[in-house]
Amino acid sequence: MSKYPLNPNILTDEVDVEPIRAGFGRGLKTAGDKDKNVVALCADLTESVQMHLFREAFPKRFIEVGVAEQNLVTVASGLARAGKIPFTASYAAFSPGRNWEQIKTTAALNDQPVKVVGGHAGLMTGPDGATHQMLEDVALMRVMPNMVVIAPGDSLEAEKATLAIASNGKPSYLRLARDKTPIFSTEKSPFEIGTAYVLREGRDISLFGTGTLTYELLVAAKLLEKSGIDAEVVHVPTIKPLDDETILKSLEKTGRGVTAEEAQIAGGLGSSITELTAEYLPVPIKRLGVNDRYGESGTPREVFEHFGLDGKSLAKKIQTFIKKAPQYKKGY
Amino acid sequence: MTVMSGQLTVKQIEQKAFYMRREIITMLEAAGSGHSAGPLGLSDLIATLYFGVMNYKPKKPEWGDRDYFFLSNGHCVPVQYAAMAEAGFFDKKELKTLRKWGSRLQGHPERTKLPGLENTSGPLGSGLSQAAGVAYSLQYLDAQTHRFVYCVTGDGELNEGNIWEAAMFAGKYKLSQLITFVDRNNIQIDGNTEDVMPLEDLAGKWRSFGWHVQEIDGHNVESILDAIGMAKAISNRPSVIITHTIPGKGVDFMEYDYRWHGMPPNHEQAAEALKELRTLRGKITHEGQKHE
Repeated sequence: MSKYPLNPNILTDEVDVEPIRAGFGRGLKTAGDKDKNVVALCADLTESVQMHLFREAFPKRFIEVGVAEQNLVTVASGLARAGKIPFTASYAAFSPGRNWEQIKTTAALNDQPVKVVGGHAGLMTGPDGATHQMLEDVALMRVMPNMVVIAPGDSLEAEKATLAIASNGKPSYLRLARDKTPIFSTEKSPFEIGTAYVLREGRDISLFGTGTLTYELLVAAKLLEKSGIDAEVVHVPTIKPLDDETILKSLEKTGRGVTAEEAQIAGGLGSSITELTAEYLPVPIKRLGVNDRYGESGTPREVFEHFGLDGKSLAKKIQTFIKKAPQYKKGY
Repeated sequence: MTVMSGQLTVKQIEQKAFYMRREIITMLEAAGSGHSAGPLGLSDLIATLYFGVMNYKPKKPEWGDRDYFFLSNGHCVPVQYAAMAEAGFFDKKELKTLRKWGSRLQGHPERTKLPGLENTSGPLGSGLSQAAGVAYSLQYLDAQTHRFVYCVTGDGELNEGNIWEAAMFAGKYKLSQLITFVDRNNIQIDGNTEDVMPLEDLAGKWRSFGWHVQEIDGHNVESILDAIGMAKAISNRPSVIITHTIPGKGVDFMEYDYRWHGMPPNHEQAAEALKELRTLRGKITHEGQKHE
């Protein structure tokens, strides 16, 4: 396996930052250039979810449905029946927060390539408070047969992921964060649906991140170096289908792991990985994220620190876990 | 390849509706569960659509020039299965597999299981949006103005907010190729629609959402054909046809009785129902009323 090309400025002050949703906006426009069947539907949040680039380029293929998320995805299901590839976008709190059954019945069970783009997902939606900090979306979408679930780690990856789901022929969920976050990947970094990427190799523990938390884990891994801990960082942008092979291979080597996400750990990446390890490789795993609580208003940084999901807090928690959890060896 | 399209006379369509009612009774009896009243009430409308109105090829269900049919109230699917079997999408013998293990005829319709279905439905309120999505595509993206999208919703189903989101959407975009029927049988599971959650002034509601509205006797094939002709001619608005029907139509002991909403006939009841349907066939033409 070739080495994942990381942005060389990643842990410096010069690291580029951009909202993940901006990558979606560019990707959607490119998907529209590539395939005239790509259409976009929005529920009164066009610029906020970055659909304006598509709207300007393809006004006839952009459909405003108003503040009506149930209609958003069901009209999209009809468009898919007519041969289109509909991208629907709103805030994750509303889609899939409000229209889960419609997504299940008319997109997933109906197996139509409706794309559900949940913007402003997770704790990054800081000041808006708990109603808008959607933390349950990963769990909701992951339990739906036929559904693909992706939480890109930065804006460049979001662009690639958007193009990938435009041509996968499946109902798909794309989870996007609102705030500017560091770009850890490069133009050359690979993205394939269903693949996890080892960003940094290590022997002592595997750190699995999805979405914005992957960057925080890279920061944590750097801090852990100082304590002599050699951490492997694995980026898991596709939560479903999960890349079992890469995850198990990493854990076979390190013998213990940590998962991190800005979502409820119940049903999220933490659940996904522990479900896998419980069946195939019973290594000690610590799940970090939001544990059965709601968020509250604050800057994204304040909220992240409150839940202990910034790089520094993560490093501390990982160190505590390492002290308690011996590395699993086969035959133990 | 046969293209089905408006080639049957009113009498022949009535005959098809009779066959369909017969199949509905026998398939529900065989299934041992399912909805009786709605499908019987919708038989004349669905027969008219499948045998007097829509263009489609039963042996080539994905034919690119077909009209679309969306059943929004999926629990009434036995009537659609009966029409599809009658039209030749599949063998009538398969109707007896309804709701059984391994059947393509699921209790509520699943598009991926049975070619010829356009949607998966059951949870109420979403079929109209799906129909609107197709109608939007035909009108604005595909420039195919000769094709129509037909949608049937229940009246109890109109309690769902999703319906009115779709009504606003279709009104805004003036989806003139969208023709919707509200099966106005006045019953829903908990009782009469006007007691459970009043819908009137129903015509006024649709009109205020920008729709062209007609009200007809849903058991009069000529009225149904006329209303569809009118709806097709309306070029600047979506159309709704409020179709007054009798739940359980054709079987005396089921008519108007909401208890038959979600119940199949047992063996004796099925025999009795089939006998009554034969009697109905003699008096099948009746005075239809059409309100504008």
